[in-house]
Amino acid sequence: MRFIDVGSLSSSVDSRDGRAWTRDVLAVRDLHVSVAGKPILRGIDLVIRRGETHALMGPNGSGKSTLGLAILGHPAYEVTHGVVELNGENLLELEPHERARRGLFMAFQRPVTIPGVKMADFLRHAASNLRNPARKEGEELIPMRQFRKELRERMDQLRMDPDFARRYVNDGFSGGEMKRAEILQMAILRPKFAILDETDSGLDVDAVKLASQSIAEIGGREMGLLIITHHERLLEHNRPDFTHVILGGRIVETGGPELAEELYRHGYDRIRAQYPEAAALTAEPAGTKG
Amino acid sequence: MPAVLANKPDLPGEINKYDFRNDERYVFKARKGLDRLIVAEISEMKGEPRWMRDFRLKALEIFESKPTPAWGGNIDVDFQDIYYYIKPTERQGRSWDEVPEEIKTTFDRLGIPDAEKKYLAGVKAQYESEVVYGSLREELSKQGVIFTDMDSALREHPDLVREYFSTIIPPSDNKFAALNSAVWSGGSFIYVPPGVKVEFPLQAYFRINAANMGQFERTLIIIDEGAYAHYVEGCTAPMYSTESLHSAVVEVIAKRGARVRYTTIQNWANNIYNLVTKRAMAYQDALVEWVDGNLGSRLTMKYPSVYMMEPGARGEILSVAFASAGQHQDAGAKVVHCAPHTSSRIVSKSISKNGGRSSYRGLVKIERGAKKSKSNVVCDALILDPQSRSDTYPYIELEEQDVMVGHEASVSRIGEEQLFYLTSRGLSEAEASTMIVSGFIEPLVRELPMEYAVEMNRLIQLQMEGTVG
Repeated sequence: MRFIDVGSLSSSVDSRDGRAWTRDVLAVRDLHVSVAGKPILRGIDLVIRRGETHALMGPNGSGKSTLGLAILGHPAYEVTHGVVELNGENLLELEPHERARRGLFMAFQRPVTIPGVKMADFLRHAASNLRNPARKEGEELIPMRQFRKELRERMDQLRMDPDFARRYVNDGFSGGEMKRAEILQMAILRPKFAILDETDSGLDVDAVKLASQSIAEIGGREMGLLIITHHERLLEHNRPDFTHVILGGRIVETGGPELAEELYRHGYDRIRAQYPEAAALTAEPAGTKG
Repeated sequence: MPAVLANKPDLPGEINKYDFRNDERYVFKARKGLDRLIVAEISEMKGEPRWMRDFRLKALEIFESKPTPAWGGNIDVDFQDIYYYIKPTERQGRSWDEVPEEIKTTFDRLGIPDAEKKYLAGVKAQYESEVVYGSLREELSKQGVIFTDMDSALREHPDLVREYFSTIIPPSDNKFAALNSAVWSGGSFIYVPPGVKVEFPLQAYFRINAANMGQFERTLIIIDEGAYAHYVEGCTAPMYSTESLHSAVVEVIAKRGARVRYTTIQNWANNIYNLVTKRAMAYQDALVEWVDGNLGSRLTMKYPSVYMMEPGARGEILSVAFASAGQHQDAGAKVVHCAPHTSSRIVSKSISKNGGRSSYRGLVKIERGAKKSKSNVVCDALILDPQSRSDTYPYIELEEQDVMVGHEASVSRIGEEQLFYLTSRGLSEAEASTMIVSGFIEPLVRELPMEYAVEMNRLIQLQMEGTVG
């Protein structure tokens, strides 16, 4: 068993359900991130262990998506200070595909379209890389037959039309289809840590319920989850162990599931009043995302 | 034995699969250069009838009288520094055993005999100026299908050849059609009788081996009423420091209700000028499809055309061009609507990288009286880096009002967001770029028979290797 020192939060064995297993740890320390020279995150501290669910909430423009994209290594998000580590390894020195191969995943709020590339082909490449992280371009993929079978089973589980696998990546997908495709990818790629960026946005109530249920069904509990949401229903089947409130590029409060409940019942007025300095830093021009 | 050339530093290893050359041991090699004597000598070597000899000499005059085109690409060819005729073997093999060992090895390495066994209805393999091997499945020849090389056709089917030869592309059409007419050698001749459907592809493979070689095959395809055939051609050559010239003429006739598909996967070495004239005539309710993949060559100028001669005729042209360092792909399509109720579709995709240049050049012409005709053109360019270039030259000539003509063009770059999306799923940047490019050309690749689709994707992968840091 490998012991991972994460400073004061050093418990590395989970015994919540009677089992004990090595806990992977994703640690973010004093993270500062700028976009186009403009500071967005101003010192984020966050530790997620595999098996935990964290909800990240906050008004628009507070930096929620930025945190996810910076952890994944989006080139437009410049880390000016701080640390992101997975089991003690500095992720900031790794390319996005290397971070993915270490077990990071993000379900995007607005996934991009890749015309002409079939979902099944794309996912087969992705899964081949993640299951064989040393794989080089052009090397063998998971055998077609084996992968098709796996994909079909996962799609059945998520109640998706088999035709989906033959469609081009996110091309002509409805909002709901896109989000389900992201969850399908998560199911196939089985990351250690998954960041779900407003997987509820643009979905109707039933679709959000389905998404919430799906995340649980594909084993979200065995991953470390960071769920960025405004919506109680997404958390219905994924009750957070921790709720973090981000404001002005900092986490200003951390609590349990009751904090998430308070926020979607009553909004952010209390938070803004309590942390006026951070609130002042939260730019909220219409239509932009932090 | 074939000798593999030293690796070129700018190309990844496997791309040199095609870059090997044999020693030059030929039955006959004409001296360099072009004049009446050379042309007469080629005709004499072939034992041609007088009309063909005269046709060649007349074409030479036309070639000499026409200036090199000033449009398209930069044609920097010294016509006197080229070998116009090289005869590699005494006779054409009917089995691969009859083909000289080192030429057979060449085609083995290119996978031709293997493909022939698996999925082809017939094969022609041209090496330098002559077809060195030919086959056709017996059941097809019993049904009256002719698939032979152009030289044999002239001897064995003189009336058919004389009836159609150069009726679609006369020597006066353009300088390179005239050049081909003067010095043509090899190429395919296909005749499919009424109602006969050739289910498997007929394939020709064109290989240039010698340096400073000019290859001038001449292809004539006649698909009779209600018949069908799919003809596929592949082309490669080794890399030399001097230029070679490939200048083919391809004439296709699709009679009433016929359907013909002509697929090209051109992967010439990057020192070859590929200046080709391809044209088809489609008669009543006939369908002609050109599927054209251009990956290699220094300069390709090629605009497969369909003339829709009678009502109900249709033409479809799908083309992909990939231009890398030092390459210019000036490719496109021409559709000419000469009759009412005709329809055409052009889909053109180009990719430019490492300073490569690709151009789409296309013509849609609707003649007076061709009422209710429809034409749709879509051309998309993908540019992979700021050094590369893409241009679009669409020409539309409408002599009739009662028609529907559409044209869409787009130019795009691989987006940062697309790359990030794919890399965040564990694909390396190079793999992600290749995937985006493969997706871009998917509309063409899905039209190819499976084996060619696999080959096409592999070629694209090879072209893409080393693109991204």
